[in-house]
Amino acid sequence: MALKIVKGSIDRMFDKNLQDLVRGIRNHKEDEAKYISTCIDEIKQELKQDNIAVKANAVCKLTYLQMLGYDVSWAAFNIVEVMSSSKFTYKRIGYLAASQCFHEGTDVIMLTTNQIRKDLSSPNQYDTGVALTGLSCFVTPDLARDLANDIMTLMSHTKPYIRKKAVLIMYKVFLKYPESLRPAFPRLKEKLEDPDPGVQSAAVNVICELARRNPKNYLSLAPLFFKLMTSSTNNWVLIKIIKLFGALTPLEPRLGKKLIEPLTNLIHSTSAMSLLYECVNTVIAVLISLSSGMPNHSASIQLCVQKLRILIEDSDQNLKYLGLLAMSKILKTHPKSVQSHKDLILQCLDDKDESIRLRALDLLYGMVSKKNLMEIVKKLMLHVDKAEGTTYRDELLTKIIDICSQSNYQYITNFEWYISILVELTRLEGTRHGHLIASQMLDVAIRVKAIRVFAVAQMAMLLDNAHLLTGNMQRNGICEVLYAAAWICGEFSEHLEDPMQTLEAMLRPKVATLPGHIQAVYVQNAAKLFSTVLRKHEGSTDSQAAQETSQLLIERLPLFVQSANLEVQERASCILQLVKYIQKLQQKDVEVAEEVSALFAGELNPVAPKAQKKVPVPDGLDLDAWINEPPSESESEDEKPKAVFAKEEPKHSRPRHTEVDEKELARRREARKQEQANNPFYIKSSPSSQKVYQDAPGVEHIPVVQIDLSVPLKVPGLPMSDQYLKLEEERRQKEKADKKKKEKKKKREKHGKGKRADSGPESEEDITPAHHVDIVTEEMPENALPSDDDDKDPNDPHKALDIDLDNLLSGTNYRPLADSEKLPVRTHRSEALKSPVEEGDGEQIPQETKKRSSKEKKEKKKDKDKDRKKSKEEKKKKKKHKHDVDEDEPVELPSEEPVQLEDTSEVAAPPTSTSAEASDLDFWLSSAPVAPPTKEATTPDPAPSSGPETSLAAAPDSEADEPKDVEPEEAKSSKHKKKKQKKEKEKDEKKEKKKKRHHHHHHHGDGGGEDSVQNGTMEEEEPLPPMSNYCLLAENSYIKMVYDIQGNLQDGSQVVVSVIFENKSDSFLKSMEFNVLDSLNSKLQRPDGAGPHDGLVVPFQLPPGVSNEARFVFSVQSIVMPQKLKGTLTFIVKSEDSSTHEKLDFKLHFTCTSYLITTPCYSDAYAKLLESGDLKSSSLRLEGVNMPFHHLLARICFHHHFSVVERIDSCASMYSRSIQGHHVCLLVKTADQTVSIDAKCDEPSLLGNVLDEIKQTFSQC
Amino acid sequence: MIKAILIFNNHGKPRLSKFYEHYTEDTEQQIIRETFHLVSKRDENVCNFLEGGMLIGGSDNKLIYRHYATLYFVFCVDSSESELGILDLIQVFVETLDKCFENVCELDLIFHVDKVHNILAEMVMGGMVLETNMNEIITQVDAQNKMEKSETFIFQSPRQDR
Repeated sequence: MALKIVKGSIDRMFDKNLQDLVRGIRNHKEDEAKYISTCIDEIKQELKQDNIAVKANAVCKLTYLQMLGYDVSWAAFNIVEVMSSSKFTYKRIGYLAASQCFHEGTDVIMLTTNQIRKDLSSPNQYDTGVALTGLSCFVTPDLARDLANDIMTLMSHTKPYIRKKAVLIMYKVFLKYPESLRPAFPRLKEKLEDPDPGVQSAAVNVICELARRNPKNYLSLAPLFFKLMTSSTNNWVLIKIIKLFGALTPLEPRLGKKLIEPLTNLIHSTSAMSLLYECVNTVIAVLISLSSGMPNHSASIQLCVQKLRILIEDSDQNLKYLGLLAMSKILKTHPKSVQSHKDLILQCLDDKDESIRLRALDLLYGMVSKKNLMEIVKKLMLHVDKAEGTTYRDELLTKIIDICSQSNYQYITNFEWYISILVELTRLEGTRHGHLIASQMLDVAIRVKAIRVFAVAQMAMLLDNAHLLTGNMQRNGICEVLYAAAWICGEFSEHLEDPMQTLEAMLRPKVATLPGHIQAVYVQNAAKLFSTVLRKHEGSTDSQAAQETSQLLIERLPLFVQSANLEVQERASCILQLVKYIQKLQQKDVEVAEEVSALFAGELNPVAPKAQKKVPVPDGLDLDAWINEPPSESESEDEKPKAVFAKEEPKHSRPRHTEVDEKELARRREARKQEQANNPFYIKSSPSSQKVYQDAPGVEHIPVVQIDLSVPLKVPGLPMSDQYLKLEEERRQKEKADKKKKEKKKKREKHGKGKRADSGPESEEDITPAHHVDIVTEEMPENALPSDDDDKDPNDPHKALDIDLDNLLSGTNYRPLADSEKLPVRTHRSEALKSPVEEGDGEQIPQETKKRSSKEKKEKKKDKDKDRKKSKEEKKKKKKHKHDVDEDEPVELPSEEPVQLEDTSEVAAPPTSTSAEASDLDFWLSSAPVAPPTKEATTPDPAPSSGPETSLAAAPDSEADEPKDVEPEEAKSSKHKKKKQKKEKEKDEKKEKKKKRHHHHHHHGDGGGEDSVQNGTMEEEEPLPPMSNYCLLAENSYIKMVYDIQGNLQDGSQVVVSVIFENKSDSFLKSMEFNVLDSLNSKLQRPDGAGPHDGLVVPFQLPPGVSNEARFVFSVQSIVMPQKLKGTLTFIVKSEDSSTHEKLDFKLHFTCTSYLITTPCYSDAYAKLLESGDLKSSSLRLEGVNMPFHHLLARICFHHHFSVVERIDSCASMYSRSIQGHHVCLLVKTADQTVSIDAKCDEPSLLGNVLDEIKQTFSQC
Repeated sequence: MIKAILIFNNHGKPRLSKFYEHYTEDTEQQIIRETFHLVSKRDENVCNFLEGGMLIGGSDNKLIYRHYATLYFVFCVDSSESELGILDLIQVFVETLDKCFENVCELDLIFHVDKVHNILAEMVMGGMVLETNMNEIITQVDAQNKMEKSETFIFQSPRQDR
């Protein structure tokens, strides 16, 4: 054995280490590949040895070679071996290698599960760390499933170093194993408040990543993030949170309002540009989300634009770039504020930095007007000429077309100019966007009737010069233009000056080299032209020309008949036969023009791109049902007809074209680039080649020396767009002059969507189009369904993580983790006992609650939010409802027996309300108007309510009696659902009410009765300790008095004091008389006729050891302050032989709590209440409270007469009402033995006192 | 998310490549080449952001890079990362390297790519930023190196004195 080790060591003397390998490679520059292959052979030898050090060294070298592009997956097993070494040094090498080359397809990965688990639980934190780091790179669904639980445990590791890594890796686990999200989420959330900033930052990171994809599920975390945002000083965390808020605000406008102030403060205060920028970005997002509802945020917009201008003007290109980027976001909603910086943006177009130019281009879109369109486009055309690299040029091209065609050619006043721009663009060499230009040409020619004459002339020109476009088949992207040209010439051939010449151009042999679908169009349109020629010549005496044309066709068409493309072949042979027949007739001098042109009679109308989709399904047609039984074999593989005719509809063809062509072209370009890059003989062409336009036919085969001219040569006959610029200016001048004379006699016609043009600045109104432009609107089918279909990518891995987390483990309406949702735990015997916290949760929850799916709940929330508007109606209902409750409420009158406790213990408190997190969020959001002293604050109310109301005003009123037929099916069903839910909800609530009737309990001190009745404690948690509200009033050797004070809801000025008298002595106690010294504020109610200082007789006697209760009614005036009343009890102690008169003094303490009455409150009413804005707030912080949250809540409920409105996790909202109708609202949160209570009440001093009393309560325990 | 971190020199030779999504070796090399091509042709005083190459991800991605002497540090990130934040992170990375290698130069990276990986692992994990505090990073790296040393000392090795 020893020998072996020594031998191994000696062997290693001759091994290369990584440094040697690198050095070797550097020394063998000429035959690097050969050298490396010998090295790999050596490595293979080394891997065969038993010595782990040798193996690790080999693996280390492999990692390096992997970086150089060598596939090292063959060594995967050896990597696993090195990973499992007990030494950190080797383990680290192994994990690094694994992280570089393992992936889901690596099969040995499944061997690692146990090793990783072992490392994760290693006592050495760096073993764990290395394993986590490695795992983060190669985690597979299997590993994620098997290790999720171990990693979860690590999230609570004592070392922050491990905690932060464990937290971070959870994101990867979620991605691979979405089922783990729900069970792990509570702990993840907990980590947001981890004491270590690194862990906190990791948790923020993960949640931001999650929330970015499915923001709505994380809305309820907004208060927590808000707190972090205002407390954190770590810029990295702040940036993440602020970015997250940017994603959340669109979902909750009120959040935006709350954010604006702190963000504005940050903008003013921070020195970090990165933070400033993100703040501005989020403020923009807020403004966008608010833009519908809030009119007055111009100050914020101004601030943003102003800050962005500073960024753009900065000499740092990075800031410039980002400034433009953010500016483009503002542009969408507040174009006016951006337009004022036009100078700056146009200036950026000339920047030497391409990224900046691209960003400026984006902004141009919003800068154009009728006035400056030509100018801007001219500038862009100059850039097109100068541009290097096709990407930027293509970008310019699409931008030009976008800008011009936006909102239905709104800004184009002269379509001749636009056509010539398009024609000029065809000269772009190597562009991918030929089809884009083509579809624009078609669109304009079809929809603007006035331009057809001009367009046809231009297209004829293009066809004549087709060889210039098709010179290089590699760059045939542009030849798509010919498709459009041919079609336009054919379809509108009546406008052609010389159809014969065009026909000739379309039948040149060179055409056969064009792509099939273009040839097909050529052939078809040649036939159209033919018919035009016939018609032209038949009227005249010159029948010779017509016959010549037929002859030409007969000569040229056979070329197409031989085409390999079926479409071309078929059309060509049809038309050839037709022409032959016509020729025969012509020779007999028969007039055929009429018949021939009948072939192409009628005009095509433009059809909207989605028209086909929007044709409504007729009644009674089930598209999903089989008409015939499906054939067993799939026949779909048969060739699909290429639908060439369909392509003749301009708009239709575009999107599909784009997709296919772009992908294919991109692929080809890639391949080509690759090939070129590897080919040393390839000389890259200068980008400005082919800029020269030549007109001499037949010279294309002569190699032409490319002349780089900054100004493209003019092609005779081809118009230059520039000339239009001048013409247009002249025309406008003239028009202005005319106008003065004519005094607005002209009425400008607007068509279709063009009406939007009104929004332009006033001066634009003066600019009239050069032609009478008739922009034909696109046709849509009747009854078209309004629908927008923005489907998500079904392959998005984040889709699986769209999981509702709000109702997870929360107090009220939670969907417990189903068995299937638990994280798999190792089935080891030892582990079986140590099941995680999540295990066992929810097992005892009745099925019923489980059924409340997250969806249902969300809908309810939505429902609630949306319906706020019509909540008046609801409110009425609720009032009624409340009345019911009130009537049922046990009216505790001073009398009778204490309530039995047995019944109460059975009540497993049911959910109070359904939308827990919603109202929690509402609570938090509602404080917005109170806190910031904004201008609007003068009016107390509208801020909070108006946001959602206005933005949701358009939402369908789900209370509507019958869903209208027009509405889509989905909406209908969801409505029904909502209704049902509402009913259910109401039912539930009623049930609860009945059960809840116990809220004031009358305990015997020794009763030991369990009082977990309070709403909000539904988990099967440890039972509450016995609690009693009765506190000691006074005691001596004979008697003990305990008392409790309850408000009387019936009468706002009365409280009931229940006193339990307990006979401690062996004697009989009788003639007890209860008396207090009244104060101005509180008076004992005495029977009529009794004097103000008379005592009240206790209506019973007490045998030894017996206790009984008596009640006394007090009237109070002000309830905002606590108060103490002095009093005396006098009684007679009667023993067998003697009787003595005894007296006991006491102090009756009227706490403010005693004026509160437990009143249930629905979350929505609660939210409304908070929104009303007339509550004052206050807060309280309790340290070192060491009790479960539900105990804490129970205590507050019990001792202070609150009810839980909702509870989520470690956060609950509570409500109570004073006998005089003050509302008291609490939001109780707990974390790490610290309880924070935010409270609101319309009576501040009452609130203050209640809080003091709560504090008192907890200081006692 | 950070999709990839690349370091290459002025001639496009890779000095470190860390991909947080799996690609084949060939694709990786192609990405490095393409990225180099994109980055190297840019002037010194243009912005450090680059709309992504075709190969990694889609339009959501950006290349954020810095050029130090002979080396390019390129981070490919998606839109959830703050552009300026990543620039700072690159700075932190380079400063950390500088501290760990004591005046780092390209040769350090060439011969000790494994160490660079270890340092990076303390900053970025699985594509997410783990730590941005340089002192914390250095502490952890040093602790691990110390551990490695103690192991070599105890267990071996004749090679050490070479």
